Amino acid sequence: MVSRIRIGILALQGAVREHRAVLHRLGAETCDVLNPPDLDRIDGLILPGGESTTTGKLLLRYGLAEPIARAGRRGMPIFGTCTGLILLSKHINRSNQYSLGLMDTGVERNAFGRQANSFEADMPIPVLGDKPYHTVFIRAPYIDRAGPDVDVLLRYEDKILFARQGNLLAAAFHPELTDDARVHEYFLQLIK
Amino acid sequence: MTEIQKQTGTFAVKKGLAEMLKGGVIMDVVNPEQARIAEEAGAVAVMALERVPSDIRAQGGVARMSDPEMIIGIQQAVSIPVMAKARIGHIVEARVLEALDIDFIDESEVLTPADDVYHILKTEFTVPFVCGARNLGEALRRIGEGAAMIRTKGEAGTGDVVEAVRHIRQVNKDIQRVVSASLMELMTIAKEMGAPYELLLQVKELGRLPVVNFAAGGVATPADAALMMELGCDGVFVGSGIFKSDNPARRAKAIVEAVAHYTDASLIAEVSKGLGEAMRGQSVAQMEEKDKIAGRGW
Repeated sequence: MVSRIRIGILALQGAVREHRAVLHRLGAETCDVLNPPDLDRIDGLILPGGESTTTGKLLLRYGLAEPIARAGRRGMPIFGTCTGLILLSKHINRSNQYSLGLMDTGVERNAFGRQANSFEADMPIPVLGDKPYHTVFIRAPYIDRAGPDVDVLLRYEDKILFARQGNLLAAAFHPELTDDARVHEYFLQLIK
Repeated sequence: MTEIQKQTGTFAVKKGLAEMLKGGVIMDVVNPEQARIAEEAGAVAVMALERVPSDIRAQGGVARMSDPEMIIGIQQAVSIPVMAKARIGHIVEARVLEALDIDFIDESEVLTPADDVYHILKTEFTVPFVCGARNLGEALRRIGEGAAMIRTKGEAGTGDVVEAVRHIRQVNKDIQRVVSASLMELMTIAKEMGAPYELLLQVKELGRLPVVNFAAGGVATPADAALMMELGCDGVFVGSGIFKSDNPARRAKAIVEAVAHYTDASLIAEVSKGLGEAMRGQSVAQMEEKDKIAGRGW
């Protein structure tokens, strides 16, 4: 019997409900990840948008950081959006906040500025097809440098906004806040 | 490549920031040092203000927007979003806060209202607004004016959670009524609640408010915060409750953890141990009507 794909969503804080809704629409099962044992029951993990300083601290306090990093190194697909992108990165510019350090990238936090500079825009993302993708950026970070193993999926004004490194996927924008499920579909393909 | 058109200040972007704060705690702070303690404890945002509500209550006088210098000091001290309060209806205080590049404005009944008839038309601003509400009609009127986030009013500065509980229960009850009503009944409900009809349709479809809804007003302990989450709030504002207590750093951290794990009673028990005295507070039931602030705004 083929069982359905089961995606864990780190549920300490942030846009959990929106990711859950998109995944359910795509026919995947979801479960909230709050404690280390939750990681044993999933095929992939989403690190949602939220406040990266808050999420980083809670990951450490509840002993989730190392088990997630280990799962990522062993090949579990992990998709980070916004805060999740920061958590996946090896380097965070001018900050000593915690990160999982899985992707060979450097990130600039709040890189577009404060909330007044948050924006939405249609962006071309060839890996998702010809139709542009409507992206929403909220106090967003971007990747300013990436190692040779990182595939850049969206670059805008020299800023890397969407990238993949093997089983790891990172977006500076919020695909969970739009109705277009192509980014989540792309992530689910990493699992199959 | 075709030209990319960036749009700022859209409702999606305003509402989006509130979505990112969900499951988090927003703390009142009056100086950069408190802001750093809040960030270190895991706050998702801070509210910069000159006096916490319990001091406004105790000292009386007119409560206004904070000194820009103090707000800037707090913005420089932390990397998390910084919110600030404008008086109800005070368009210019809101514009000043927007000019300061504040991340969220609270059009707040905690300050002395500047207009006793009209609230700010929040759709005119790039910066998002949060407003207080005691019931669904009030919440939808604020959303109709452009608020991107709602919070219960509670009774600020008392340390008594009863009013916040009353307000979220009322909102939930009103939403249940809308969800179970037939379409034929909806316009009459709109009239009774004083709520925009189109927003009621959205509530009926979603089964909840169309924007994020936080608890505020009287939260003093980790258990209070978890209670508000249990009742369906998306996150919690803590005003006087943290920095008017014995050990703000520990209490702040404990409240953050209780909100993230609000269904885990043993964890809440653990983080609640030996926090020292909570803010002394005052029971709302023993207050006179004239001393309550939740009635400001409509």
